[in-house]
Amino acid sequence: MEELTTVVDWSRAQFALTAIYHWLFVPLTLGLGIIIAIMETIFYRNRDEKWLATTKFWMTLFGVNFAIGVATGIILEFEFGTNWSNYSWFVGDIFGAPLAVEGILAFFMESTFIAVMFFGWNRVSPKFHLTATWLTAIGASLSALWILVANAWMQHPVGCTFNPETMRNEMTSFWAVVSSPMAVNKVFHTVVSAWTLGGVFVVGVSGWMLLRKRNIDHCYRSLKVGAWVGFVGIVLTAISGDTSAVAVAKHQPMKLAAMEGLYDGQNGQEIVAFGILNPAKTVSNNEDPYLMKVAIPYGLSILANHDPQSFVPGINDIISGKAKDRDGNEINSVPYTERMDRGKLAKEAISDHNIAVKKDDRLAVAEADKVLEENFKYFGYGYLNTPEEAVPNVPLTFYTFHLMVSIGGYLAVFLFVALVFAYKRQWLEKAKWAKWWHLLAIVTIPLTYLCSACGWIVAEVGRQPWTIQDLMPNKVAISDLSAGYVQVTFWVFAVIFTALLIADVSIIMKQISKQSKQNLNTAKH
Amino acid sequence: MTIELLQNYWWLIISLLGALLVFLLFVQGGQSMLIGVKNADQRSLMINSLGRKWELTFTTLVTFGGAFFASFPLFYSTSFGGAYWLWMLILFSFVIQAISYEYRSKKGNVYGTKFYDTLLCINGVLGPVLLGVAVGSMFFGNEFCVTKAKILDVEASTISTWGPKHGLEAIMCWKNLVFGVMVLLLARTLASLYFINNINDEGLQKAQNKLLIINGGAFVVLFLITIVLILTSNGVDTTDDAVQWIEYKYLHNFIDMWWCLIVLLAGTALVLWGIGKTLKTQAKWNKGIWPAGIGVVLVVLSLFWVLGFNNTAFYPSLLDANSSLTIRNSSSSLFTLKVMSAVSLLVPFVLAYIAYVWRAMDSTKISLKEIRD
Repeated sequence: MEELTTVVDWSRAQFALTAIYHWLFVPLTLGLGIIIAIMETIFYRNRDEKWLATTKFWMTLFGVNFAIGVATGIILEFEFGTNWSNYSWFVGDIFGAPLAVEGILAFFMESTFIAVMFFGWNRVSPKFHLTATWLTAIGASLSALWILVANAWMQHPVGCTFNPETMRNEMTSFWAVVSSPMAVNKVFHTVVSAWTLGGVFVVGVSGWMLLRKRNIDHCYRSLKVGAWVGFVGIVLTAISGDTSAVAVAKHQPMKLAAMEGLYDGQNGQEIVAFGILNPAKTVSNNEDPYLMKVAIPYGLSILANHDPQSFVPGINDIISGKAKDRDGNEINSVPYTERMDRGKLAKEAISDHNIAVKKDDRLAVAEADKVLEENFKYFGYGYLNTPEEAVPNVPLTFYTFHLMVSIGGYLAVFLFVALVFAYKRQWLEKAKWAKWWHLLAIVTIPLTYLCSACGWIVAEVGRQPWTIQDLMPNKVAISDLSAGYVQVTFWVFAVIFTALLIADVSIIMKQISKQSKQNLNTAKH
Repeated sequence: MTIELLQNYWWLIISLLGALLVFLLFVQGGQSMLIGVKNADQRSLMINSLGRKWELTFTTLVTFGGAFFASFPLFYSTSFGGAYWLWMLILFSFVIQAISYEYRSKKGNVYGTKFYDTLLCINGVLGPVLLGVAVGSMFFGNEFCVTKAKILDVEASTISTWGPKHGLEAIMCWKNLVFGVMVLLLARTLASLYFINNINDEGLQKAQNKLLIINGGAFVVLFLITIVLILTSNGVDTTDDAVQWIEYKYLHNFIDMWWCLIVLLAGTALVLWGIGKTLKTQAKWNKGIWPAGIGVVLVVLSLFWVLGFNNTAFYPSLLDANSSLTIRNSSSSLFTLKVMSAVSLLVPFVLAYIAYVWRAMDSTKISLKEIRD
């Protein structure tokens, strides 16, 4: 058992490492892809070669970033099999479909047209080239769509039924998988947040060039597109964040409770705007959860249910089965101890079903199926030893959630001001504090990456210990490997990714520096 | 539509993706030649030419994996988690490829151009060999057991278990290695034909013509050895649910499915014709990549068909024949296969736009002048 835990830990660490590195590059690809496509569209419409030069400037950076996103992406896909083989079987019937669609529809579109985007300037017509640029950007977003649908399904499994004979979940409705509120929110929230990052990147890099007084006109051209995309992105991110919170409150109340460090909920629940958690607080003691906090009255009830008087359950409420919806109806009313018992009943029913099938005892099959149907909802709890196992890491979820929201709020203001400056450049040019603004724009780039990473940490750490919410805990999802093997590949990946990241950042900085010294008011056709 | 029909259909799709992947390995074949090229201009031409195609190979590999996951998830679960080292090495070799084209000539790339060119060479050699080993092990067997009921066991819930070497034994198996080296030689042969077709440089064409003789000749010899190994191998037969190893299973399959044999022979003839005519004309006829490419696709299709059809386990277990994976016991459900089959109707459209873009981009051959401009 000791080793099993270690294998789980190393497998999780490896997946987290790959996902975090992957997500350093993907949002910039998504955001910059849209920005480049808009810039090239402007060039196509007015045939002003200044816009062509600006498009090519950002396209070069897009290319450098794109390659490393592809490299880390392939590992993620294959890690589902290499490190999470049980998971691959248990949900392959559902999860595999979006992945295959992603490959057929999105990856080929991206990889085919990106070659035209970079090498096709003198080989295809301007119209074809513009189409290729848009198709590359759309292909990148489509890639994100399908993998996010798959991820959303893991957070809220729908459109499937468990087949005791094949020992796996089987899809019953593709539409339910694709259109679940969790999927819609996740796709929307993630893709538009990438627009924000792309916008901030353009504003930040332009700020660096303005600080050095290089290609000022190019910078303001870039600012106009970058700030617009970023601002629209952050507004839509906030809207989809709100609807995501409602979906989380409904389907993953434990995650919401962890996000707020909330142990005992109430009607008209406040939200903690800023707080420091008490490290001594656990599920089983009566310590105050916070050392200090600044709270907004009714905030969490409004966020979770759009109703200031609604009840929001805390961790203890959920474990003990005490929770009500906005209308006062009991929901999540099954205590975790009972869920664990019912999970075990579901497992026994699966065994009974298969024994009865072998004996061709139809009555026994029907009885087993009835028990399974009644209890399968809590199948995963049957693997847990204590209810506390089902509580995620509260401090990590709490702090990353608050950091994400705080930075998100700052980004909304920052991008709005950037948008104003894009159109009122004289205000910035005359201001004595202009250099501080440019420095702020540069610093905002890593802040946005931090915000984006925090979002994923909230989403993934907040749902622990589940690989698939309520159905499969991590310890059941893994491959039959020794911890040492995974440890070796973890460190190899860590070294390779870090080395690649260093090269990526170095090349991007050199490219920015080199290109910014060129005349970006003219371009070779 | 019955599930059997859809299982067959998806094995056809997997076969097609596998066949296209093997054809597109010409990119890796080309990369494996880079270290031996002393002429900087020629090396630059080769890298530029391959740099416009590498993503297609990469994407086909990813889609091949994704489609396998979606249609035959038990294979994904069993092979990837079991033959851990084999798949991890394949992944490493492709990760280092993905960044090398973009980074190698960029200022600030930290490690220098030679470093990235070396990475391309490593991928060029390891990629085809290890993919060949993986496919070879599908013919010659692997050491694993599958017990689905174990998923209910809290203490040891993994349904697929392997021997302690976790894929290293597949790499060390000489039959698999012969398969892998054969794939590498094929990739190098196709690369020469591709360069001759895609690059406008007399010196390079002469050099590639010489390499074509060496690689093409060695490939033909190893291909024949591989075919003999396959035809004389045992395989797991599942006729009437009686799972058992039988002798000359794949030879029987070729006889039972005579159309596979015709496809294999036609494919082989096309490959030989593509190579032969190119050599005969001293590379003046530069279209050899197309008949050879089509031939490769046909040969790989026929091999996948004898591997998966006619009640054959496409992933035989050396430890427990009953654990062997077939297209019947490892597939997705009827509903999922139906959904994906609807999506697969877009495949011809995808192939069409790839062909269109390829044609548009390659209508003018790559030349030194273009690169310098």
